[in-house]
Amino acid sequence: MSNKDAYWNKTKNHMIVTLVLWAFFSLVIFMFGSELNTMSFLGYPLAYYMTAQGSLLAFVIILFWTANKQEKIDEEHGFSEREDD
Amino acid sequence: MFKGDFIQNLPKIYGTYTGGFLVFIILMALAEQAGVSAKNIGVMFVAFTVLIYALIGYLSRTIQVDAYYVAGRQVPTVFNGMATAADWMSGASFVALAGGVYFGGYTYMAFLVGWTGGYVLVATLMAPYLRKFGCYTVPDFIGTRYGGNLVRACAVFVLFIASFTYVTAQINATGTIASRALGIPFEAGVWVGLISILICSMLGGMRAVTWTQVAQYIVLIIAYLIPVFWISSNVGGGIFPHLMLGDEVARLGELEQQFGLVKNSAADMKAAGVPGGLKYISGTHSGVPEGGMAVWKYLSLAICMMVGTASLPHILMRYFTTPTVRAARKSVAWSLFFIFLLYSSAPMLATLSKLALMDPNLPTGIIGKSISEVQSIEWVQRWSEVKQVFIADFNGDGVLQLNEWFMRGDVVVLATPEVAGLPFVISGLVFAGGMAAAMSTADGLVLAISNALSHDIYYKIINPKAETSKRLLVARVLLVLIGAAGAYIASFRLTSILGSVAWAFDFAMSGLFFPLVLGVWWKRATREGAIAGIIAGIVSGTVYLTWVFPKFSVPIWGGVNTPFLGIDHLRFGLIGAPICLVVMVVVSLMTKEPSPATQKLVDDTRIPTGKAILGKQH
Repeated sequence: MSNKDAYWNKTKNHMIVTLVLWAFFSLVIFMFGSELNTMSFLGYPLAYYMTAQGSLLAFVIILFWTANKQEKIDEEHGFSEREDD
Repeated sequence: MFKGDFIQNLPKIYGTYTGGFLVFIILMALAEQAGVSAKNIGVMFVAFTVLIYALIGYLSRTIQVDAYYVAGRQVPTVFNGMATAADWMSGASFVALAGGVYFGGYTYMAFLVGWTGGYVLVATLMAPYLRKFGCYTVPDFIGTRYGGNLVRACAVFVLFIASFTYVTAQINATGTIASRALGIPFEAGVWVGLISILICSMLGGMRAVTWTQVAQYIVLIIAYLIPVFWISSNVGGGIFPHLMLGDEVARLGELEQQFGLVKNSAADMKAAGVPGGLKYISGTHSGVPEGGMAVWKYLSLAICMMVGTASLPHILMRYFTTPTVRAARKSVAWSLFFIFLLYSSAPMLATLSKLALMDPNLPTGIIGKSISEVQSIEWVQRWSEVKQVFIADFNGDGVLQLNEWFMRGDVVVLATPEVAGLPFVISGLVFAGGMAAAMSTADGLVLAISNALSHDIYYKIINPKAETSKRLLVARVLLVLIGAAGAYIASFRLTSILGSVAWAFDFAMSGLFFPLVLGVWWKRATREGAIAGIIAGIVSGTVYLTWVFPKFSVPIWGGVNTPFLGIDHLRFGLIGAPICLVVMVVVSLMTKEPSPATQKLVDDTRIPTGKAILGKQH
């Protein structure tokens, strides 16, 4: 397998992991909205908290994490761009 | 100032700008103390900020193609994040989001998840690859990847429908805010708004829009957050509302129990003469509706908004402006961070505003008081005059019930500072913020449309030999025409017919999502597949919309139709996008595999290093 193919395989797997996390915070937890709302976080009902703030924050964290991880994959395979941004 | 080391100086320049704006707010506060009228303060806020944007627009003028289309590809990560956030958060988000949460509660907040979660799709599936490709516009990618003028024209068509639906709403919002702040008629406000928008974008294209959007973000976020924090401490919500409103949310639940959530009949509301567009509270604030259909309604709306976000050209094109591929990825993260600051505050503002009106223990509470007393309150009188709030005493007991208080959603943002007893300078600031939000989105949209028409239709299809000066002239003429067309339509106030901003997301996801994703992630996708997919997606989505939306279905289909699986007019992308996917895959597999050259092009798109597919200037 060429370096390019190996790189693309890793990138694909990373994409899938990211999208699984995304689906968890955007879809899966809201399938159980009424169950979650019986629990509380910071004094808010949990499902309310997640849709008002929690999932939004999770997306921000996922995005920074995924960008850093992808940069590592770039470096491993020598596709890292020069530091000029 | 805008030469040479401008990019290195950005933090200093915008730091000074932010400081200057804060000083301006303080000056206005002093002016209010000195007796300057509320109206004049509003005028000064809007005029001052718009003049600054116009100045930035003028200083960023350019005669270079890559500066005009992609800001010279030198916008640093964090600044591009701010510009995207301003591009994204429309006048509607600014003035209407908190109102939506106020009336819709948990169910409405599917929009919040949808409008933020979509960025994960942008970052993983689209932005870095489109940046590597080096295109100027979204149809430029589709046209080059699949090859041919027809597929390019199809992509331009979808872009036009989606963005134009959106832009009329934005110009409408700009006009509303300009007319309220400046005290001029709505129709005049629309044209004032349009001129402000064009000044920011015409001379410098993407470069000018980028630097004004950064300035607009700073104004809009200050204008949104200061009132939220201030109101919170005024009504006893604590100094950091985002973490401290748990008790208030619980208290709202008690108050809902105490007052009762009553649904008014349409006949009663008509008899009482409730003005159109005004709503009352009939659902719970934090409760989750029971049942599978309620869950599906939430999820389906979130899916449409997320997938739509990842297909909207005016957002995707912002990531063409970063210096590198990795900067594009990081920039998506920063964009969402800056969006998060406002979106996570909207539910807090809704909670505080609701509590201020509902809690009888607070001096601001009006529910449960006598109607004559409420009608003598100054802000109630002012907003009643312009038909933004309304009282209907259905049971005739002279006491204001929860279901007897009607209000337009916008009032939550525009009037809560006043209700909570903040000085007028804050209301002026909110006007400036709303104006910034509406202008920045309208700018991005008008530019997305006119760039696609000038680059993809004029230069790539009609006249490939055109010289730079001619291309830029055409681009500017189209910009003015598109803006004027949007303003002309907005001035008729057809918004109830033109429908919701959500439609733009559904149109975009029906016609663009899968052609973009598969263009990068599936080498086997062919030109014929893409053409068939785009057409099938947009046509089926649009036909379904006419079928399901009562205002269209009655004249066209002869009656009101029940939405299929709960897919109503806000969610018609759920019909268009899957059809687009299936047709695109089937037709691609039936046609000949793309040429080795095209496959190599896809391979090159996938790795960050190496030359862009399309040259620096093309």
